[in-house]
Amino acid sequence: MNLTEIITWLLPLPPLLAFGLIVLFTNKNNRLSHSLAVGAAALSFLGSAFVLAQAFTTEHLGENPIASRLPWLPVGGGTLDVGVLIDPLSAVTLAFVAVTVLMIFIYSVGYHNFGQPVGDHDHKGLPPHGAKEHGHAVPSIEPMYARFFAFIGLFAFGMYTLVVSDNLLTLFVGWEIMGLCSYLLIGFWFGKESAREAAKKAFMTTRVGDVFMLLGVVYLYSAAGTLSFREILFNEEMLNHLATTPSWFGLSAAGLIGILLFIGTIGKSAQFPLHVWLPDAMEGPTPVSAMIHAATMVSAGVYMVARLFPLLSAGWHEGGALTPAMTAMSVIGAFTALFAATIAVAQNDIKRVLAYSTISQLGYMVAALGIGAFVAAVFHLVTHAFFKALLFLGSGSVIHGMEHGVLHTGDHKVDPQNMWNMGGLAGKMPTTFWTFLVGGMALSGFPLITAGFWSKDEILADAWGNGHVVVFGVLALSALLTAFYTMRQITLTFLGKPRTKEAEHAHETPLTMTGPLMVLAVFAIAAGWVGIPEHFPFIGGVLPNWFHEFVGGTLLEHPHAVDFDPIPLFTSLGVALGGLLLGYLVYREAKTDPLKKVLGPVHRVLENKYYMDELYDWAFVRPSRRIAHDFAYMFVDRNLIDGFLHAVGELSYWLGGFFREKFDRPVVNGFGDWVADTAQWFGNAIRKVQSGSIQQYMLLSMLLAFIGVFFYLWVLQP
Amino acid sequence: MDFILEPLNLVTFFPLAGVLLLLFIRKDGPARWISLVTSLITFGIALWVLALFDPGQAGLQLEVNHHWFSFSGWEIRYALGIDGLSILLVLLTAFLTPISILSTWHAVEDRVRDFQLFFLLLEVGMTGVFLAQDLFLFYVFWEFTLVPMYFLIGIWGGEKRMYAAIKFFLYTMAGSILMLLAILWLGIDGGSFYVPQLIEQGGIPADIQVWLFLAFAAAFAIKVPMWPLHSWLPDAHVQAPTAGSVILAGVLLKMGTYGFLRFNIPLFPQAAVQLAPLMATLAVIGILYGAAVSFSQTDVKKLVAYSSISHLGFVVLGLFALNEQGIAGAILQMVNHGISTGALFLIVGFIYERRHTRELDQFGGLWKIMPVYAVITLIVSLSSMGLPGLNGFVGEFTILLGAWGAANGPLGSYLYAALAALGVILAAIYMLFMFQKMFLGPLTNKKNENLLDLSRREILIMVPLLVFIFWIGLYPKPFFGLMAASVEQLVALVGGLP
Repeated sequence: MNLTEIITWLLPLPPLLAFGLIVLFTNKNNRLSHSLAVGAAALSFLGSAFVLAQAFTTEHLGENPIASRLPWLPVGGGTLDVGVLIDPLSAVTLAFVAVTVLMIFIYSVGYHNFGQPVGDHDHKGLPPHGAKEHGHAVPSIEPMYARFFAFIGLFAFGMYTLVVSDNLLTLFVGWEIMGLCSYLLIGFWFGKESAREAAKKAFMTTRVGDVFMLLGVVYLYSAAGTLSFREILFNEEMLNHLATTPSWFGLSAAGLIGILLFIGTIGKSAQFPLHVWLPDAMEGPTPVSAMIHAATMVSAGVYMVARLFPLLSAGWHEGGALTPAMTAMSVIGAFTALFAATIAVAQNDIKRVLAYSTISQLGYMVAALGIGAFVAAVFHLVTHAFFKALLFLGSGSVIHGMEHGVLHTGDHKVDPQNMWNMGGLAGKMPTTFWTFLVGGMALSGFPLITAGFWSKDEILADAWGNGHVVVFGVLALSALLTAFYTMRQITLTFLGKPRTKEAEHAHETPLTMTGPLMVLAVFAIAAGWVGIPEHFPFIGGVLPNWFHEFVGGTLLEHPHAVDFDPIPLFTSLGVALGGLLLGYLVYREAKTDPLKKVLGPVHRVLENKYYMDELYDWAFVRPSRRIAHDFAYMFVDRNLIDGFLHAVGELSYWLGGFFREKFDRPVVNGFGDWVADTAQWFGNAIRKVQSGSIQQYMLLSMLLAFIGVFFYLWVLQP
Repeated sequence: MDFILEPLNLVTFFPLAGVLLLLFIRKDGPARWISLVTSLITFGIALWVLALFDPGQAGLQLEVNHHWFSFSGWEIRYALGIDGLSILLVLLTAFLTPISILSTWHAVEDRVRDFQLFFLLLEVGMTGVFLAQDLFLFYVFWEFTLVPMYFLIGIWGGEKRMYAAIKFFLYTMAGSILMLLAILWLGIDGGSFYVPQLIEQGGIPADIQVWLFLAFAAAFAIKVPMWPLHSWLPDAHVQAPTAGSVILAGVLLKMGTYGFLRFNIPLFPQAAVQLAPLMATLAVIGILYGAAVSFSQTDVKKLVAYSSISHLGFVVLGLFALNEQGIAGAILQMVNHGISTGALFLIVGFIYERRHTRELDQFGGLWKIMPVYAVITLIVSLSSMGLPGLNGFVGEFTILLGAWGAANGPLGSYLYAALAALGVILAAIYMLFMFQKMFLGPLTNKKNENLLDLSRREILIMVPLLVFIFWIGLYPKPFFGLMAASVEQLVALVGGLP
């Protein structure tokens, strides 16, 4: 093992150590706790930078990745090895994970009001309500400040583990650890009913996906004999073998494994129909939403299918018919992209809009992978992580500013997350505004400058170039909606005049919060420049299309870049600019949502998220309760099985009684009594013999002696 | 003297030394200490056995094998032996006993001496079951475990203890009688009760194998317990004192799964292959059913009891995959279940000692006042629901690998693995349900406000369990290493049978 490999092994460890140290020793000391956590994130960041410097300068990293492994779990004959692998795909993923994680750790210090006094009425498990200082209401520090940093440390450990894994098993380990942290952090303010419910819902829903994924892992192992990425995915023979082995439902083994694993992604990346948990997950503190529910964990779902792309696409050639797994991905991805975008249009909570937007953008990536646009999907994964983390942190900053206003007015009924209570924040919170604007533009795909434009454009170009017209159309439409609701959000939040007193008294947040915003804003723009297509008009070829070259090397066969075509370019320009303009015009001076009137009942359906929660409650939650309690426990267990047992018991008891009454007493006892009675009678009868008079005994013994002698002489002798 | 100093004799019967001493003790304090020290020394002896154990060897080791007595030509041997199938269970028994005894420190105040006496007797019986290599001797130990357990539940149990104790006793006896008949048949037919010899002889016709298999299975399936023979378990658990529940779930139930492993599979290999789908079906029903019923419980202890049925379903499924992954996973899962469920029962015991109730409605928001307790419960619950990185996952994952692989072999369908995986979701549901009800949410019940967090003694009890939860989860290799050779040999025995 050389130094780079050793450092790769060590990348996940600092946050885990921080978690352990905080939990065991420093949980009473806030400053030490956050120093440990942020220090650990920085250490992992530096380590990642070192490894990445090595990776980015290696020629043909795809063929010569940084890799090392050790035996871990012996399973019948073979062993499952665990190891680390840095190939182009994990390298770019590591890059955005390292940056966003560090930024979000730093941001959390400010977000949880470090340095502020302890709240007057704050309780563990509830968000801080503020404190009085010198007669002024000021924000108060989070009551479980240290615990928060412990949890996000554990989370970072899971994410780093997932990224550096060289096999599906440790990837799954990291995947589940993140799921746990997601549960703990969504439910961080466990005093709130809604947070508790959201946490449970998130864990359960993703768990449904995880079980299918686990089956996929098991199936893959039994079909391939290994779970190592290199041995399966970089191995033509193995892929052919899996693609030609028949399985059920008319699929090949590769097809069924691919679909099973993809269901894991549906859960983790909140794709339809398992998307319901992500919007509710916004109950968690905002840094959590930014890190777990935008930049890293939900991205991990897409990372996993991107990682397994060679398996999912086994048997497919560029331009050829899609494999069943790819078809499933393109259908679900495209549908989710549009579906979630329509809901986002009708949401009023600033974080929920972003949540639906995340679902929609993840759908974009999944659809892109589905149509074989591997590099474009990964590109969007990277750029999205930056700008969506930026947007979430920005929204957290906005909420923080609004809470400041709420503390000032003292009217706690005003929801600081509702965009209709905002307006005109641009002047009050300039840094937040400008960075949010950058993020919003990147999300909308504002042409040429932003990273989002380049990655989104590449997906659309790929869809069009390879003749997936339906996917192209759906994605273009959702891009239009994306631009529209983003501008709606920006307009309602930052532009115009403040609509409430609270918004008037909003306040810019401290540097620990705005600093990370600025750093991420740089990435939200510059991350796009590494992947400008070579044949793009005017600016193509100025910078080499490094991303395509580099990430394409992940695959055995280097994918082709699509040829330039003006139609997708103009489409993406049109939808982005059109959507932004429309959003601005509609909401410029709105006091209430004009769409409500225009769309009527449709709007209500959108606002209620197509009633999916109610449907699931009716179709799954309530029946399962009934089956568990009424049927299984009360009927089968208590009535049927125990009923039978008790019946046997009763029967034996009855039989016992029966024998006692009908047999024991009359027959057995009767016989016994008869014997006893007879003996008694006999005893009575011969008692007379025992008179106590010697003469009578004498006579009797002589009589007996006489009989004895007589018997001896006359019967025995002759 | 040499005979007494045989490692296996010593590990089995050393607790009797404590029993002898206890006979002369009247005071509670010394009785507890004698019992604890005895069980700790026994654990030390078990570690010595581990040190002497050679994992490379597949067959029985450290054997003690003597003529015991004969009747009308049939020879009964006093034969003890250990191999990869039993070593972990012997260690588990020796490990959980001192932990359970330590948990009774304040929980059992009534007739302390007698309690400890029965507890040590129970340990003798359990270790004997795992070591006996003669069917007759095995049966003696098997029945012997019933007696102390009956008294532990019947004397120190809850309100409905007599009902539970009798149900436990009669149920188990009913199964044992069928097994006894089969043992007699085997001994008379094979001319010996010595198990390795019977396995070597083989030659039992397939149709008779099926009957014998079923007779043994009756005893073991009740003990495991497998659906639908499980209904004694929740009652026994709910009524048993904490330490009794820990041992009951941790070790006694394993006697059932171990019985399948030690007797049913190698003695009746053809029947095992033939009946594997039946066993697997019952196992999968148990997994889903136990989980579903668990979910609807309001008594924490009952919830954990039903979850045992679900977890042991996994073990049986692994065993009857009849391949290396399945069986190795099943053995590891027996250990995992012993540790995790044992820990869960201790956790329930801690709160019961404080509040004298186990109803979920009575709790809520405990995280705030008992943070250490909350964190430990969370880790144990996660281990029980099979979170990767903790012990439960390694066992379940290996079992699923085995069950999936067996679809081309004895099981004949992938459905078993697929449905068992569903149990993994359900486990998450009921465990989180429990955790949420107890620890999250607002602190509504005034009675909970002044609860004390875990004492040093209680933490001391939990730490060894937590160590193994992480150790097995992160680095399971040494545990698999102990059993690998024996498992391979066992699988070779059933391999290639129709």
